[in-house]
Amino acid sequence: MASLKDLQTRITSVKSTQKITRAMQMVAAAKLRRAQERAEAARPYSARIEGVLSNLAASFEGNPGAPKLLAGTGKDDVHLLVVATADRGLCGGFNTSIVRKARAHIKELQDDGKQVKLYLVGKKGNDALKRQFESIIIERRDFQGVRTVGFEHAQDIGQHIVKLFNDEEFDVCTVFFSEFKTVMTQIPTELQLIPPRFEHNDDAEEIAATPYEYEPDEEVILANLLPLNLNAQIFRAILENAASEQGARMSAMDSATRNAGEMIDDLTLLFNRTRQSIITTELIEIIAGAESL
Amino acid sequence: MADKLKFDLVSPERLLFSEQVDMVTVPGTEGEMGVLAHHAPVMTTLRPGIIRIESDGKETGVFVWGGFAEVNASGLTVLAEEAMPMDEINLDDLGQRIKNLEEDVADFEDADRKEDAADRLWHVRQMFEAARRG
Repeated sequence: MASLKDLQTRITSVKSTQKITRAMQMVAAAKLRRAQERAEAARPYSARIEGVLSNLAASFEGNPGAPKLLAGTGKDDVHLLVVATADRGLCGGFNTSIVRKARAHIKELQDDGKQVKLYLVGKKGNDALKRQFESIIIERRDFQGVRTVGFEHAQDIGQHIVKLFNDEEFDVCTVFFSEFKTVMTQIPTELQLIPPRFEHNDDAEEIAATPYEYEPDEEVILANLLPLNLNAQIFRAILENAASEQGARMSAMDSATRNAGEMIDDLTLLFNRTRQSIITTELIEIIAGAESL
Repeated sequence: MADKLKFDLVSPERLLFSEQVDMVTVPGTEGEMGVLAHHAPVMTTLRPGIIRIESDGKETGVFVWGGFAEVNASGLTVLAEEAMPMDEINLDDLGQRIKNLEEDVADFEDADRKEDAADRLWHVRQMFEAARRG
């Protein structure tokens, strides 16, 4: 049986772990609020730009002069997967679920005989994928040491991706991230960026029917709008990820704190029982000794 | 009172404006454009400049760094690459951007991009002057 000293040490150790997890939970909760606000503030922009773009795209449908960023290269041999994860762990299944989705997608594509290239944003995704897919990773980015991720970071990545596309490094680009629903639920999501896919709704078609005047002309607008859309969608992915990460961390740390609490209760109970039985043994010894006199 | 125009101004960071207003003047690449209610559907790119919003006799200004404006039956939507209300403008920041653009103009080899940057620089300088005058 464990000695009292051992039990005492274990209780202290669990208690200090609990202090850490509780602190992390509170930090995550504080960060979550900001991250959530930012993610929600970015949603209108990416939604609108997608709306505008889908209107424009509708007018270009079937037009051979459509820019490649919109229509694609006409092939789908080489796929670029942008996997966006967090830079830190200890956030429950957050990173794992994104990576799992990406991995399933990679496998599916490779089974179809397609070539896959990986563009990793976030350190944890790199940690998880580098062993298996080292040879197909073409770029790694992370935001360690960056206080707040701004639009310029997304722009940076977006411009790089456009450059890769223009160099004919890939045909299709898909981004993986985790969409923030609530603190408890984050949904790993895949979104095809190049060529963009639009959800067809009647509303859009109706708007598409209205004759727009373009200033300067359609080509110039599209040429400007497409990279902007890419940046906006990447920015949105990063912000949604940031909020999801904090949410996931908060609930993971909450349950860790609760588990530590249960463990402390159990250990304290064991500690008291042991102490009691030691006292009983001592008493019996004393009484037995006194009787034998 | 004339009909109101639904005006939305969004930047990647936030939704800055979503209101019913009387008139909005946007700095289109091909010239300033005033938009009232029931404007014909138009789509235009923007240059760096000031969006002026008129509502109930009051005028508000917002700086934008390029982007898009779309007018359709439901109103005017401006997708700004970056936007900030006039009173949040920082002259030092603006000066820094001018410097960056000057470097861009000097560095770009490609004639189109050079011209593009020079064009932006001109507009930003104008804005800088306007902001300094208050």
